[in-house]
Amino acid sequence: MSQVGCVVTHWIVGNEQDKGIPNAQSKNRIRNHMRRYSAFAIAREGARYHTGWERAWKSPEPKKRYDAIIVGAGGHGLATAYYLGKNHGIKNVAILEKGWLGGGNTGRNTTIIRSNYLQDPSAAIYEKARSLYETMSQDLNYNVMFSPRGVMMLAQTEHEIRGYERTAHANALQGVATEFISPQRVKELVPIINIHGPRYPVLGALWQPRGGTARHDAVAWGYARACSNMGMDIIQQCEVTGVRRDGDKVIGVDTTKGPIDCDKLGVVVAGHSGVLADMAGFRLPIESVALQALVSEPIKPCMDVVVMANTVHGYMSQSDKGEMVIGGGADGYNNYTQRGSFHHIEETVRALVETFPMISRLKMLRQWGGIVDMTGDRSPIISKTPVENMFINCGWGTGGFKAIPGSGWAMAELMAKGASPLADEFTMWRFGEGKFIDESVAAGVAH
Amino acid sequence: MLLLECPYCGAKCEETELSPGGEAHIKRYGPGSSDQDFEAYLFMRENPKGVHFERWRHVYGCGKWFHAARCTQSLEVFGTYAAQTFEPPQEIKDKISAKRPGWSWRDFS
Repeated sequence: MSQVGCVVTHWIVGNEQDKGIPNAQSKNRIRNHMRRYSAFAIAREGARYHTGWERAWKSPEPKKRYDAIIVGAGGHGLATAYYLGKNHGIKNVAILEKGWLGGGNTGRNTTIIRSNYLQDPSAAIYEKARSLYETMSQDLNYNVMFSPRGVMMLAQTEHEIRGYERTAHANALQGVATEFISPQRVKELVPIINIHGPRYPVLGALWQPRGGTARHDAVAWGYARACSNMGMDIIQQCEVTGVRRDGDKVIGVDTTKGPIDCDKLGVVVAGHSGVLADMAGFRLPIESVALQALVSEPIKPCMDVVVMANTVHGYMSQSDKGEMVIGGGADGYNNYTQRGSFHHIEETVRALVETFPMISRLKMLRQWGGIVDMTGDRSPIISKTPVENMFINCGWGTGGFKAIPGSGWAMAELMAKGASPLADEFTMWRFGEGKFIDESVAAGVAH
Repeated sequence: MLLLECPYCGAKCEETELSPGGEAHIKRYGPGSSDQDFEAYLFMRENPKGVHFERWRHVYGCGKWFHAARCTQSLEVFGTYAAQTFEPPQEIKDKISAKRPGWSWRDFS
């Protein structure tokens, strides 16, 4: 009961903030330390018609100067700010967002969390992230609905079997709990699946029992509330229009709300990373494309794990509301449209109908796209830049949501100390050095 | 859904008839070039939000490679032109200038 109540109240609080509804009454109620969410709080507020809930985070005007500015109030940016404060004591921080908080790819993904990567640096950062998700609701005092329901990646060709067996062995050495399971076990875990093909029969699967999903908006809202609680300024509808430099060193940014000075600048803007790099005067090995997802009408519970089918390219899970959440294809050409090409929907749905015949008459409710920033080796960049005191966290491509806490952890350490063991391998110079973290070819994974 | 006209066979193609080939007018740096040039040739990309030049192949048609000038923000197509050139023809540049005054892309404007 209390779980359900808790979720509902968070949505109310988050949505109110989202829409920017002016609410003088609740503004006056803001205090330095926010009240904890708890079963007791629900009972207390229930007894007074839920009139006492505070805004989850403040909406201040920017100050003239901050120790650190993070550009981008999505999951990765907010997580970076949170760990700057929590792990490194840097709390004079502003998080600038051109749109609304969590309105980019954080609010547009399929919420899948897994860490079954082949390469050691990837497994390290994604497993760090996954393990932080395990306790995130308690750490943030915000129910992010982390559901370790298990993630399976289907092997539908002989090559995929070999690839996933190799990944399972690598994961065993990395301390990531995965196993390669038989088609019969796949059928036990997912009764609605058709394992007999005809085009691509299910030959097995890479199974990560502690992978799963979380509520994506709640992750952004939880971090935002915790950051605001530490005294950080989250400034929405404030677009960065220029990066100000003194020689090779960053000294601040120009924004639509005026210039703001900073000692350190962290750029965490996903699809628009190239645009920000251009402002600062350097180039990135990144191309932005639209990636799509869609959801069906809600139906009764029919699948309690996440299934990814990379050969036919589709992945699906069922949300707590009952919608089938479906991930689709990325466009093959650069664009910033947040829509995506129509034919990818057909390709994705066609593949999934073959794998899950029962969804063939399901109606689709919504379709949307997000701009993902793709690197040459399909691994992210968490790095210093040619501009001193400017750091960049980008290139998460089609799979950033799962990495949010680990990415923030590593980026915060990099910004605070100048180096992070989790981020060392992910520099933007690895391409020139030939030190790829090659997840696109080696693991054959969709992100 | 993009519609591009193949400059060779004149067919107005919907994007599933075509194969995207990435950024256009990239100069190849091979053996003997500096590490920086070689890295830029392989990995660095313009990735603009706005005017962009690309290579496409009419793969389910005449099979030829060609160039397209396009806006990555609105998906507006400014025009297509032949592959045998190191820079966009003046006619294409003029069309872009009419719609996006002050545009620039690498050394072109």
